[in-house]
Amino acid sequence: MTTTTPTAGGPRISVRNVTRTFDLKGEEFVALDDVSLDVADNEFITVVGPSGCGKSTLMNILAGLDTPTSGEALVDGRPVTGPGPDRGVIFQQYALFPWLTVRKNVEFGLKTAGLSAKDRREKAEHFIEMVGLGEFADALPKMLSGGMKQRCAIARAYAVDPSILLMDEPFGALDALTRVKLQEQLLDTWSREKRTVMFITHDVDEAVFLANRVVVMAARPGRIYDVIDVELPGPRTEDLRLSPEFTELRNRVWSAVYHQTPGRRVDATHRAIAPSPTAVA
Amino acid sequence: MASMTETVTARDEPGTATSASALAEPNAEPSRRTRRARQDSAKRARTLLLSAISIAAGIGVWWLLSSIGFKLPSPADVVVRGWELTVDGTLGADLVASLTRVLVGFALGTIVAIPVGFLMGWYAWARGLIEPWIQFFRTIPPLAIIPLAIVLLGIGEEPKILVIFLAAFFACVISTFQGVVNVDRTLINAARVLGTKDAGIFVRVVVPASVPFILVGMRVGLGAAWATLVAAELIAAQQGLGYRMQQAQLYYDLPTIFVGLIVIGVLGLVMDRLLLLAEKKLTGWQERR
Repeated sequence: MTTTTPTAGGPRISVRNVTRTFDLKGEEFVALDDVSLDVADNEFITVVGPSGCGKSTLMNILAGLDTPTSGEALVDGRPVTGPGPDRGVIFQQYALFPWLTVRKNVEFGLKTAGLSAKDRREKAEHFIEMVGLGEFADALPKMLSGGMKQRCAIARAYAVDPSILLMDEPFGALDALTRVKLQEQLLDTWSREKRTVMFITHDVDEAVFLANRVVVMAARPGRIYDVIDVELPGPRTEDLRLSPEFTELRNRVWSAVYHQTPGRRVDATHRAIAPSPTAVA
Repeated sequence: MASMTETVTARDEPGTATSASALAEPNAEPSRRTRRARQDSAKRARTLLLSAISIAAGIGVWWLLSSIGFKLPSPADVVVRGWELTVDGTLGADLVASLTRVLVGFALGTIVAIPVGFLMGWYAWARGLIEPWIQFFRTIPPLAIIPLAIVLLGIGEEPKILVIFLAAFFACVISTFQGVVNVDRTLINAARVLGTKDAGIFVRVVVPASVPFILVGMRVGLGAAWATLVAAELIAAQQGLGYRMQQAQLYYDLPTIFVGLIVIGVLGLVMDRLLLLAEKKLTGWQERR
């Protein structure tokens, strides 16, 4: 496998034959087994699967917080060697700095980037407004509800202007109503400020509602089980969830997640979807 | 964009949003807030009253015991002696001498303990090098060092400050170390994915996250320093509350011993409250459950 050169039309994220094993008390646990996946620019993919299927491991590798045992993860054609502001990460546990206000949290990465106080403030203001936390800009995280905390974390990730957003079950700890609201808001934000998004979840409805493409994973060993394209008519609003198209897709994903055939796996790279064009010069 | 986000704030999570907006707008629902405040202050007044009654009763019992023949000075005797010692300047001089020792020893102990604790928590090699010494010396009561300190440092201020320093140092170093070790990994990862490098993570994440632990260590350290004081002043001191009580013991002067005890207790309490105040100011961001 040669490293692909970054081209305009090339995938933003390429995962090439990534295997990650952990040593659990002398026993080898295969979290990811030969996983290959491409994500196009500005694509919104969701990754869904049972626990232990390695979906968080995959995200950590792309974030640069973990390294594969073999294979490689590429962003814009370059191997991932560590975390960087080109990939924003949103954690399930919010991970806000509790001693900083909403504003200072959003400014955190901007300060790292060396922006002046004035520029930081202006930029932070924009993204705090974007997630609707304007009147809470000077509140500490302890004063916020779970949903508000996660909106703050989304603003913080957006503020450093990453081309990729990696979201690890961001709404997993929220109540059902808040979750639905935040899903709609996230899509709304995404349609305005396009990014390549990889969204990890264990909620099948959420996976279908948000995605252009749903990647279904399986456990033991962790692998890609199926890839399901999501083409839904009209805007993604509450009504869509009741449409027959949505129900049908959801049922397909559901059965892929919960009635898995042992041993099945697919290649989720672009070359697998479209037969590779002869000799890309 | 604005319209969408505003509706979200209004509709999203009704319960929590209202309580949070009440915090953000102090004038929201004035009647309920003032009623709540009045209830709180009434409760506080009742607690204070009970404390006052308890203290008065304690002094009453003490008075009673001394008047029915126990070998105790009466509260009045103690007040008179306290006044005498204040007027002739003895108490003031003793106070300054003792406070200087405690504060110098405590300050030095804390100043050394915080960086050492950070070093141990942040670098595995530093932990490996330092920890066995700390764990070993921690088990020796600082007072047991006194004979050694006298032989090595003589009978001046140095041995006294040394033992107080040790008492404060060990309490604070362990606590700081724990603070660094306990920093939430997710927060460190959150800083890393925002592009922050190790030095930045240390200053902007590890240090603030450890502050609550450091302050607890300082409070314990101050208590330990204060507890070591009197014994340290048995080392041929010429002044100090411990020395004064030691002298009084020779002359069977119970009122002076009582004055010394009360002053030590009150000062310790005041210093602890001051640190508690600092703690509240510096760690108000913590979520308490």
